[in-house]
Amino acid sequence: MMRWLLPHPALSAMLLVVWLLMANAVTVGGVVLGAVVGVVLPKFTEPFWPDRPRVRFGRALAGYVCIVLYDIVVANFQVARLILFRRNRDLRSRWLTIPIALTTPEAVTVLAGTISLTPGTVSADISADGRHLLVHALDVADPDAEVARIKARYEARLLRVFA
Amino acid sequence: MNGMVDGMLAGLILLGGAFVLIGSWGLVRLPTTMERLHGPTKATTLGLGSLLLASVGYALARHGIWSAHELLIALFLFITAPISANMIAKVHLHRARTDPSHEPTGIAGPPPGIGEGDWATFAGARGETEAGEVVSVVEEDDAR
Repeated sequence: MMRWLLPHPALSAMLLVVWLLMANAVTVGGVVLGAVVGVVLPKFTEPFWPDRPRVRFGRALAGYVCIVLYDIVVANFQVARLILFRRNRDLRSRWLTIPIALTTPEAVTVLAGTISLTPGTVSADISADGRHLLVHALDVADPDAEVARIKARYEARLLRVFA
Repeated sequence: MNGMVDGMLAGLILLGGAFVLIGSWGLVRLPTTMERLHGPTKATTLGLGSLLLASVGYALARHGIWSAHELLIALFLFITAPISANMIAKVHLHRARTDPSHEPTGIAGPPPGIGEGDWATFAGARGETEAGEVVSVVEEDDAR
């Protein structure tokens, strides 16, 4: 019964939280309306995510979010420095082909989004067989080392989050 | 209202403004599409983050209200920014393949191939991907 009513508990919880944030107040009416939205929306969108992976909401996910936020701040300063002080002909832009071990679309989406959000790299595409990501890096000295860094820093942690 | 909070908020706004400006400057000065993508999609994440933080701090210090809308703006921005960057990158890939004379390849050169297969955006154009199957499934549902 609970499974039928709440096919995606995490999404339901998130919708409720976002609803309350949008109202900017915690009132009884707001909670009731948010709960209705949190039940109805996942129920109606159920066909769109047939094989969703299990997500471990715990230290693995919290650690991942912290590392990504830290990297965004640090890398922002690096990209700002490149934009301000590096001449175009000294820029070492490269395409990176990153082999990925993640299999579920959700996990790959999070990895691609992370790569795009951390400055200096944009994920451009995925290979048709889903095993490689095409990433454009603004300035890298050693493409292989950069690929290894992304795999060790982000993908290894995501493999633990999406078990 | 004490001067220290004012100073901190002003600092955050200046930092945010500086990063947004640098991101826009990157859009202007970098040579081609793929390099230019890095400017506005990146330097703005921290820039906008600082501005939103200043907004939260101002509402709290001036009016004593916890404002949550900034958190939502940040959330939606973090979800949508990579998608728009991805769309622009895909358009670049297609234009670089179909009309190389009008789409400079940039410092990195043309995108690398990938073994036997191809990148998903090109495979989709030939109608061989799962998208085709999904369409046919929907049609069957309608027929029933």
